[in-house]
Amino acid sequence: MLCLLFFSYLDSSVYVKEDLIYQDKPPKKLSEYGFFQDMNNQKPSDGVLPYDLISPLFSDYADKLRFIYIPENEIATYKPNKVFDFPNGTALIKTFAYLNNYQNSNISKQLLETRLLIKKNNEWVNVSYVWNDEQNEAFLSIAGKTISTKFVNEFGDLIDVRYRVPNINQCKECHISNKKITPIGPKARNLNRDFEYFNGRMNQLTKWHNQGWIVDEINEKNMVDWSDKSSSLDAKARSYLDINCAHCHIEGGSADTSGLYLDYTENRKINLGIFKKPVATGRASNNLSYSIVPGEPKKSILLFRMESLDPGIMMPESGRALQHKEAIELINEWIKNL
Amino acid sequence: MIKFLKLFNFSFLIFISFFSDSKTITIYPSADPYTEIQEALILANPGDIVHISEGFYKLEDSLSIDIDNLTLQGDGINKTILSFKNQMSGAQGLSVISDGVTLQDFAVEDAKGDAIKVKGVHGISFIRVRTEWTNGPDELNGAYGLYPVESKNVLIDSCVAIGASDAGIYVGQSENIIVKNSRAEFNVAGIEIENSYYADVFNNHAENNTGGILVFDLPDIPQQGGHHVRVFRNKSINNNTDNFAPEGNIVGEVPRGTGIIIQANSHVEIFENDIGGNDTVNIAIVTYGYETEDENYYPHPRAIQIHNNRFTKSGNNPDLETGELAKILYELSDKNMPDIFWDGILPMKQIIFGQPDNEKLILGDNGSATFLTINPIKYMLPIFNPVERDYDNYRGTITPLPEVKFSD
Repeated sequence: MLCLLFFSYLDSSVYVKEDLIYQDKPPKKLSEYGFFQDMNNQKPSDGVLPYDLISPLFSDYADKLRFIYIPENEIATYKPNKVFDFPNGTALIKTFAYLNNYQNSNISKQLLETRLLIKKNNEWVNVSYVWNDEQNEAFLSIAGKTISTKFVNEFGDLIDVRYRVPNINQCKECHISNKKITPIGPKARNLNRDFEYFNGRMNQLTKWHNQGWIVDEINEKNMVDWSDKSSSLDAKARSYLDINCAHCHIEGGSADTSGLYLDYTENRKINLGIFKKPVATGRASNNLSYSIVPGEPKKSILLFRMESLDPGIMMPESGRALQHKEAIELINEWIKNL
Repeated sequence: MIKFLKLFNFSFLIFISFFSDSKTITIYPSADPYTEIQEALILANPGDIVHISEGFYKLEDSLSIDIDNLTLQGDGINKTILSFKNQMSGAQGLSVISDGVTLQDFAVEDAKGDAIKVKGVHGISFIRVRTEWTNGPDELNGAYGLYPVESKNVLIDSCVAIGASDAGIYVGQSENIIVKNSRAEFNVAGIEIENSYYADVFNNHAENNTGGILVFDLPDIPQQGGHHVRVFRNKSINNNTDNFAPEGNIVGEVPRGTGIIIQANSHVEIFENDIGGNDTVNIAIVTYGYETEDENYYPHPRAIQIHNNRFTKSGNNPDLETGELAKILYELSDKNMPDIFWDGILPMKQIIFGQPDNEKLILGDNGSATFLTINPIKYMLPIFNPVERDYDNYRGTITPLPEVKFSD
């Protein structure tokens, strides 16, 4: 009882200001929305739930803190193999940070940016905020920002990175589907696993159901965590390619001109890149003939472009300045065993 | 008097709204030009003009436009220069994804990838825009200079494209296209129309490329079956730069010294061009040469008409190193290269029963141009000489294709 009182006391201190979600011009400061009780510690307000994804997008080893707000008494409709159809007033909140929380880290955490996808008038709008040096506030960013910084990886190495906060248009490069902005991550197949909530562990979809956010029965093949050793090589590789590539490499996406489609459900070999000739690849082909040559990772353009750090060659086109070494190994193994 | 006042008020309102509808934002050189230009491009309203004044702007990231009917305007093709020589991120110099944008009077130099990519828009105008890789031909240059794709109503007028490692001016998977008064030099392909419908390419100058003007159709991509392309009153001359495309790309197969290539496509009309001085061949009409499982794809050129072109000598120094085309032609022609070459490849059914009349190649008057094709039946039976050089066999009545019109 005491505990309950305590939480209700805390919860009433900061609440989400829904009128700001609907407002035409986004506020200058992230704190104004009231998504967080404690900005620096990223402690969400009442009605804002943290979540994570089974298979996340790689962004230069940045940690991602995800939150979702859905207005009271509204529901998100399940769409098989697609992102939930969220109601107006929904906010997807994602903070990019280097938490530097590995044991042997001797530098403190750094919050970089917080991106919002907000749904109003049945359309999604993207807004970005860049954190200040004091790390207690994030400010609206239009043209993006370059943050040259360092972080500590899981092996304790100090890594330099030219972290790039995308501008509003660059956000759209990935988040556009058939000319409309859309979220990428929150599909049922990518959420269906347990999460450590402050009051206990629970399956995320069950939690959302208990919250009254979803009512439909969900039935689809789960993605797998690409780093999960117990999953099959194929499932891991396809999950990785799906979340890292398929937002553009899908029919209606930014890269559909190429005819290379990498979403989890794609099963046409040529569209997956197997013995597929490049179309408008230019020097990014590296004098290779096909996107994927089964058994020959070194002859596969797809892997070459994952390895590259040259902006005219590398994939994805934006959001990456470092190699994702573990994923390169994974895709290397996958192609070798195709 | 009252009437007069009312009238006055009304016209005053129009005056106000006319000016408040569209504003001009001017950018000057500064310490952080990227942020200034990109913010202006994002905060502009539809119909606004973003004016970048004369200067050399060093940019580390790619620029993008997503506002309808925006005009991005410089002070001249050699005056406002957006240089991406030190580009750190972004796959293009400039990208456009909104409708009705006009780009004019500036240059994009040394982009790490494509110079200007425009995707999925309704209406795009490039007017007096230059894209260039300033170090000259190099396989490390970006693929495309001017690169509209999956778009409708594309205008490219009085532009310049230099040094692209694929195509200087490339229009792909688009519909209703006009490319005119432009110059393409030192690219692998000067001007390329690929997997597109209704294109007029005229009054352009393609010189010193590997191939001058290409009309291509490829399988395994969303829009295919390119058709209705008119190439007329262009100069495609001296396209004798060695092919510097990275391997794996289809243009990597283009032999040095090619004036015009038509690959697959239907309804292509080539007329009143000046074509000459090309070391391999002036015009080649060819089938897509790779196996494909794409059932929707038709690999053979159909309904091609060539007339009233002025040819000067070509084929003096064919490129036997690149692709198969020049080598085969050189052997078959017994070193006597024609002005116009058709590979003669047809579906088996047509080899046996003949080609429908409305799909045949038609040659009009082309002065003293020479012609060569290969008879596929004789080619398969090695006792015959498969080479046919009789121009008159392909003479016929020209049915002009309609002029391209932009649609709503």
